[in-house]
Amino acid sequence: MAKQLSKTQPIRFMPGSIIVGKWHQKHYQIIRPLGYGARGTVFLAYGEHGRVALKFGFDNAGVISEVNVLNKFSKVQGESLGPSLYDVDDWVTKQKVYAFYAMEYIHGLPLLECIRVRGFEWMPIFVLQLLKDLGRLHEAGWVFGDLKPDNLVVTSSPLQIRWLDVGGTTQIGRSIKEYTEFFDRGYWGFGIRKAEPSYDLFAVAMIFVNAADGCRIEKGQDSPKAKLIRYIQSHQKLAPYADVIVQALHGEFSTAEQMRKVLLEKIDETPSRVQRISKDRVAKRKSKRKVEWKGALLLVSVVLLVYTLYVALFIM
Amino acid sequence: MKKGRLKQILLITDGCSNQGEDPSAIAALAREQGVAVNVIGVVSEDQTMDGGIQEVEDIALAGGGISQIVHIQQLSQTVQMVTRQAMTQTIQGVINQELQQILGDSQSMDDLSPEKRGPVMDVVDELSETVNLEVCILVDTSASMEKKLPTVHEALLDLSISFNSRMGSNQFCLYAFPGKHKPTDQLLSWTPQIDSISHAFSKLASRGITPTGPALKGALKSFDKRLRRDLATYGEAAIEDATD
Repeated sequence: MAKQLSKTQPIRFMPGSIIVGKWHQKHYQIIRPLGYGARGTVFLAYGEHGRVALKFGFDNAGVISEVNVLNKFSKVQGESLGPSLYDVDDWVTKQKVYAFYAMEYIHGLPLLECIRVRGFEWMPIFVLQLLKDLGRLHEAGWVFGDLKPDNLVVTSSPLQIRWLDVGGTTQIGRSIKEYTEFFDRGYWGFGIRKAEPSYDLFAVAMIFVNAADGCRIEKGQDSPKAKLIRYIQSHQKLAPYADVIVQALHGEFSTAEQMRKVLLEKIDETPSRVQRISKDRVAKRKSKRKVEWKGALLLVSVVLLVYTLYVALFIM
Repeated sequence: MKKGRLKQILLITDGCSNQGEDPSAIAALAREQGVAVNVIGVVSEDQTMDGGIQEVEDIALAGGGISQIVHIQQLSQTVQMVTRQAMTQTIQGVINQELQQILGDSQSMDDLSPEKRGPVMDVVDELSETVNLEVCILVDTSASMEKKLPTVHEALLDLSISFNSRMGSNQFCLYAFPGKHKPTDQLLSWTPQIDSISHAFSKLASRGITPTGPALKGALKSFDKRLRRDLATYGEAAIEDATD
């Protein structure tokens, strides 16, 4: 939460600072901050595993809770679902003891940025990938919880969506500890905050919506549910997938695999349309480039003309 | 440790108290009786609460709870977070007491190695999911709060969604201050679900005085009615063995 005025300031380090753990004596050199979240701050650092992500929480109990999740998580991982956990330790300063952990640094492009660069036609594919991973997570008895674009990156060759921060992962049947309003079904009035697969699938649907415009629509005062559904059905990019998205919002899929299957069918139904959009986009980009080039040429000639006039009138 | 019950007062206010007892003293009294006092100070965009911030923090500190100053737009998530954090903090306090009895000296969770802390934290998480929770919500309805009340209402409904997603049971009650004739009026008696407060909120007339201390005292009494039904108490801690 960006605007909180509380005294709990996020921990800050100068680039180059050395962190030494109290218990394991491992050294980390801070490179730069990666992100300030609601529950802590993540820094990029050099450690003995090369580049790692260091997470410092606002409260030490929260850090240990997350480490517990990561530990149990690693037992689920066949192909790694989230980042691997390397080290847990305390950083002792004069004022306070900060618990932190080191995990794998996943280098990639944030999801929304990737969609902006590559085009929306990639979105259904990333969602398919995401649903496959979620399915495995759910089968192991876990729900991701705080699923949102900020927690997702796309790594390259091949393009693959990966999870960044799995701190909100919750055992099925418990209550969701951590959520972001836009992606939370409780906020929109679609259900309670109990950890079950359909809770994550709601968030997936909202990520789809978020990616279409790159912004988050306002909830508003009257009938937010109906407004949201109308928005999805009338949106040019979302309309082909509106049925799947709305079904996920209503919690009609009980497994990620079900949603994945229906989405796959939808994609098969609308290939030509997607292709046309992509060609238009490429054409538009090209023409835009041409216009820019022409503009530059015009500017150069005007400057030359003015200069010649100047020379002709004042110097000669 | 058996499944217990955990008691909290949640005070939502936007300024300084100006009548009656020192609210921090009442908060300290609540803490002695096993009730944690959490305080959320709400400010709107065009308003600051310079003097109020200190009081908000003091009350929570004395009451063994958590304080947070937020803009009104962020109230929903803050209410949820503060209540949950306070719950964890109380449970940790109890666990630390137990650890001290077992390990001696001034050992607390933070003195354990991260490897040993893990299983302890598992217990804390397990308890905060299953413990029975009683929250007495105390809302400042003095003149300056009037415009914020619809958002407060929404935040409380949201809190009810969050907590009814837990495995443990919940009881809420709602008080507003200043009251018509007393420092505080009860709007809602103990109930598992907050969904019937819209009419109660619309009836409120905002008044000028802010008797935070006496209002806290009134809220604290709400637990008495429930306490009589409880037979056993768990030491001085805020968790009691449930008898129901």
